[in-house]
Amino acid sequence: MWMSELPPFVIFFVAALLALAARGWLRAVMMLATPIVGGLHLWFGIPVGTLLSVPLLEFELVLVRADRLSLLFGYMFHIAALIAMIFALHVRERTQTVAGLLYAGSALGAVFAGDLITLFIFWELLAITSVFLIWARKTERAMRAGQRYLIIQVTSGVLLLAGALVHYHKNDSLAFDYIGLEGISGTLIFIAFGIKCAFPFLHNWLTDAYPEATPTGTVFLSAFTTKVAVYSLARGFPGTDILVYIGAAMTCFPIFYAVIENDLRRVLAYSMINQIGFMVCGVGIGTALALNGAVSHAFNDVIFKGLLFMSMGAVLYRTGEIRGSHLGGLYKTMPKTAILCIVGASSISAFPLFSGFVSKSMVMTAMIEEGYDYLWLMLLFASAGVFHHAGIKIPYFAFFAHDSGIRTQEAPRNMLIAMSLAAVLCIFIGSQPQYLYGLLPWEVDYWPYDTTHVLAQLQLLFFSALAFVWLNKAGLYPPELPSVNIDAEWLYRRLLPAGLRTTERGLMPAWQGFNAALSRQVNALTDFLLRHHGPSGTMARTWPTGSMALWVAVLLAVMVLVYYI
Amino acid sequence: MQPHDEKQFIFDKTENVNRLLRGFYIVCGVLLALDFIIHRHMSHDWEHMPGFYAIFGFVACVLLVLVAKEMRKVLMRREDYYDVDE
Repeated sequence: MWMSELPPFVIFFVAALLALAARGWLRAVMMLATPIVGGLHLWFGIPVGTLLSVPLLEFELVLVRADRLSLLFGYMFHIAALIAMIFALHVRERTQTVAGLLYAGSALGAVFAGDLITLFIFWELLAITSVFLIWARKTERAMRAGQRYLIIQVTSGVLLLAGALVHYHKNDSLAFDYIGLEGISGTLIFIAFGIKCAFPFLHNWLTDAYPEATPTGTVFLSAFTTKVAVYSLARGFPGTDILVYIGAAMTCFPIFYAVIENDLRRVLAYSMINQIGFMVCGVGIGTALALNGAVSHAFNDVIFKGLLFMSMGAVLYRTGEIRGSHLGGLYKTMPKTAILCIVGASSISAFPLFSGFVSKSMVMTAMIEEGYDYLWLMLLFASAGVFHHAGIKIPYFAFFAHDSGIRTQEAPRNMLIAMSLAAVLCIFIGSQPQYLYGLLPWEVDYWPYDTTHVLAQLQLLFFSALAFVWLNKAGLYPPELPSVNIDAEWLYRRLLPAGLRTTERGLMPAWQGFNAALSRQVNALTDFLLRHHGPSGTMARTWPTGSMALWVAVLLAVMVLVYYI
Repeated sequence: MQPHDEKQFIFDKTENVNRLLRGFYIVCGVLLALDFIIHRHMSHDWEHMPGFYAIFGFVACVLLVLVAKEMRKVLMRREDYYDVDE
């Protein structure tokens, strides 16, 4: 066993630098080696209680604060990085590799940050590095979506910094521990976390940008940003009651959008908000069971949501199409991808023996225990709904449904390996949850597998599926249509620009009038200056020394007078 | 672009689809029946209703889809809605 003082993010940043120069198989080896070496370093070299800080001016920047909470997220990010790297192994573009490594490193930096300034630095790095994964798609839409993404993410960072500074003034400490909602600093930091966490009305950066990224880029994106936010909430705001309500809203409203959304990666983006909702609920409840549920669900979500994004990425990569209305019947040519997608779908739907089941049930149980009856019903509704849109809709419209006539080939081998790895983890964690439970930060005495719970969950899911079958047979199911649906983003993508245009048009006559008046004034002024300072003006004349002395005397007199008073 | 020399795939035959669905209906029936046989420990009043989870799941999903369908009338726009300036 080796002990080392190396912060986990350094390995990724150094690798990113080297990847700039490397090419071909050397770069491929580096892409794979980085998360493996980093993971081993974390597992063997950084035990609980490790603390590493560097002084900066009058502050101490805590680069590594390892406790069971940060370590769990650290392990998870290494697994996610490895899977995403394998999935992206065929990508020849240097930008994407480097951005992916820097992005994963920033996420590690953020979860191990022990103070708010270090957190802020990595918070912003997350935004700046990840946007290249969106821009790498190189479409007009991706460019614009990336810009919007960057503005919103950087704003979140600015709010975090402002909150941190106020916090420092109040508490004379920058330590990133429990923050709570008290005071302006708490609120600012809460909103900063909320933006990255995709709280309702602050969520559209996610559904806007993720589906526009490259097929491999979205896999990276889905793993890190939002999970860093969930970690930060669990660290800074556990037991904050309002989070339970925010989380419940997050589980419910996106599923309606997911049902009518046509872009299948956007469906997954909405479903991601739904899953984060469960985590936010868990953090809000704040009991040991609920918090364990929240972070273990984050762990599982990284893997099964990654798997779903990978399967849709493979479809997009092979067919160039991701709209449900244009897909269907792909099981004929991509059977392996279809099966792996179904594993991911079963996991997100929390089927017994799949990973979602063992973590989501903790949040649900905690909810009942703490007496949130009606919110529990909302979460139950969302559980049925997630099966409906992510569990059935995604595989059904991509791989089955009506035959689109698209005949393609199976996903590339590296993609299949990455997806298989994720699928194995989904089933392993789902059927052997004790290993994940052993890593959880708080003491748990919880076991998900009993007859009651399994039966209840199976009934819920099978009858949700029955509803799908019936609606389809009765012709009531809304068909996939090429369309976009208006969401909160309409405010800044439509209303604000339109408002500005209208204002501009309205102000145009006034502006023109003002301009004319201004130029008249300027002309008058130049005339005036010419008259007095011009070659024949008063001010251009040479003045006698006497008048100079007179003015100095006047000035002195005034000064004496002022002093005297 | 319908392919011509296609081999038959498993779900191309309606009888396979029907077989799958029949199996699915049977599982649903068994799960519902189990509710009356196995004694569940209840942690909540609502759960005392037999078949609570089954009914809830079915109703929830039907409602979800029907409401979402209505939402389309208000929210749905053309695919290039945000791409073109009005």
